[in-house]
Amino acid sequence: MIEAISVTKRYGSSVVLDDVSVKIPHGGITAIIGPNGAGKSTLLGVMSRLIAPDAGHVTIDGMRVDQTPGAVLARRLAILRQDNHIMLRLTVRDLVAFGRYPHNHGRLSLADRDIIEQAIRQLDLDALGDRYLDELSGGQRQRAFIAMVLAQETDYILLDEPLSSLDVQKSVQMLGLFRTAADELSRTIVIVVHDIAFAANYADRIIAMRDGRIVADGSPDEVIRQDVLEEIYDVPIGVHHVDGRRLLAYP
Amino acid sequence: MANSAIRSSRQTLFGLFAGAMLCVALFLTVGANGQWDFVLPFRGTKILTMVLVGYSVAVSAVLFQTATGNRILTPGIMGFDSLFILLQTLIVFSIGAQGYTGIDPRLLFAGQAALMIGFSALLYRLLFHSGGRSLHLLVLTGVVLGILFRSLSEFAGRVISPNEYLFLQDRFFASFNNPDTQLLAFSYGVVGAVSLMAWRMLPAFDVLGLGRERAISLGVDHRRTVGAILAITAVLVSISTALVGPVTFFGLLVSNLAYWLIRSHRHVLILPAATLLAVIALLAGQLVLEQALGFGTNLRVVLEFAGGITFILLLLRDPRR
Repeated sequence: MIEAISVTKRYGSSVVLDDVSVKIPHGGITAIIGPNGAGKSTLLGVMSRLIAPDAGHVTIDGMRVDQTPGAVLARRLAILRQDNHIMLRLTVRDLVAFGRYPHNHGRLSLADRDIIEQAIRQLDLDALGDRYLDELSGGQRQRAFIAMVLAQETDYILLDEPLSSLDVQKSVQMLGLFRTAADELSRTIVIVVHDIAFAANYADRIIAMRDGRIVADGSPDEVIRQDVLEEIYDVPIGVHHVDGRRLLAYP
Repeated sequence: MANSAIRSSRQTLFGLFAGAMLCVALFLTVGANGQWDFVLPFRGTKILTMVLVGYSVAVSAVLFQTATGNRILTPGIMGFDSLFILLQTLIVFSIGAQGYTGIDPRLLFAGQAALMIGFSALLYRLLFHSGGRSLHLLVLTGVVLGILFRSLSEFAGRVISPNEYLFLQDRFFASFNNPDTQLLAFSYGVVGAVSLMAWRMLPAFDVLGLGRERAISLGVDHRRTVGAILAITAVLVSISTALVGPVTFFGLLVSNLAYWLIRSHRHVLILPAATLLAVIALLAGQLVLEQALGFGTNLRVVLEFAGGITFILLLLRDPRR
C-alpha cells in the first residue's frame, strides 16, 4: 500500500499540495484526474520520492520513502514522469535494459535479457529495438520509456500522463496492457490522465484533485457523475451510459 | 545493447589505441639523432606525464558532464583552472617565489587538492540547495567565479615583484617541457586509487546519464554519486594542474569527440576513448610544438587550433548532431 500522510508542498508562496492524505491499496488501476495545476504530478512525484514534501510523508508497504534506501524502493516502485528528453545516445533496447538496473546493477543476466525482450514485445517495439531514441516519434519514445518501467518489474508503477503522445489505438492498447499487468501480475498502477473518458472506463478507482486538494475519491460510478465533474472542472460534462460504457459529453 | 554498436565501438577504441601508440613511437624517435640513452628516459618521462594528464583531463571532463547532465560543462569552464592560478599566485604573494620552491611538492599538492575539493563541495551545494537544478545558474556561477579568481590573481600579480611575476607566468602556461618528475610516481598512485573507486561506480554513472529523476527511480543514490564524481573530478584536476599547469581546457574537446565516435552511452567505452583522444592530442600537439614550431608558441594554442578545426569539420560533416 502507498500511503501519503498530510503531505504539503509549496513552491514559493503557492501551495501545490495542501495537506493531502490518501491511501492506495495493493492492486488495480488508480487514475488521478483534475484540471491543470491541481497538483497531480506533484503528488505522484512526492509518492515516488522524486520531490521532497515540505510537510507530511509517504510510506510504501510501511517504509517511509524518505528514509528507505533508494535501491530498495527501486525494486518496489517505478515511476515515469512526463519529461521524455534524454542526453544520451541510446537505442530502445539500451533504454529498456536500464529497467533491470535495480535488480542487476549493470550486469545483464540471461533472465534479464528475456524480460527486456518481453517488455519490448509487449509495447510493440520489436521492429524498433535497435533504433536510437532520437530517431523515434514522440509516441514511440513514450512506449520505449513505458517498456523500461515495465522491465523494472515493480509492484507499484506510477505513470504521469502515459498516454500523452499516443494515438487512440495505442492508448487503448496501453490501457489494455495496464489492465493485464494489474489483473494477472497483480501490479498496482497509478496513472495521471487528462482524458476523463479513459479514466472513466479503465480505472478501478479515480482520485480527483483540484487546487492541491483531493476533491473526490472513489469508484468510477462515484466520481464520474455530472455534479462531481462540474465541481472538479467548472464545466458541465454530461455523463451517459451506452452499452455498459460511460460516454462523456463535453459542453 | 545493440551488438553492432558495441562492436563498432570496440573497433574505434582499437583504432584510437593504435593511433596513440603511433604517437608514442613518433614522439620517442623523431629528431632523436641517435642519442638514445638521453632521449629515451627524457622523452619517456614526458610521455608518462602526458598519459597521466590526458587521462585526468578526459575522465574528469566526461564524469563532470555526466554529473551535471550537460555536455558543455567541464571543470575548466566551471573555474577550476582559474582557482589553481589564484592559489599559486596567493602562495607566491604571501611567501615569495623562493618560499614556493622550498615547499615539498607533495604537500603543495595535498593542500591544493583539499582546496579544489572544497571548491567542488561549494558547486555541489549550488547544484542541490539553490532551489534545484538550474543549469544556467550553475554555468553563470562558474563563469563569474572564474572571472573573480582571475581578477584576484591579476591584482596580486601586479602587486608582487616583477621577478616573482615572471616565475608565476612560467607556471601558468600548460607545459610539458619540465614536468615535475618528483610528483609523477606519487600522482600515478593517487590517480590509481581514485580510478579504482570510480571503476566500481561505472554502472551507476551510466544510469546517472539518464538524468536525475530517472536515476533516482532506478535506485541510484543521486546525491552520493554526484558527490563522488565531483570529488573525483577535483582530485584529477588537482593532479593534472600540479604536474603541468592549467590544462583542463581541452576536456571539452576530447569528451565531445568521444561521444561522437562511440555510439554507446556506456562509460566503460566512452572513458577509454576520451582518454586515448586526450593522449593523442597531447602527444601530437607537443610533437608539433617541439619539432615543427621549435617551441615558438605554447601547447594550448596548438591544441585549440587543431581541435577547433576538427570540431568544425565534424559539425559540417554531420549536421544532425
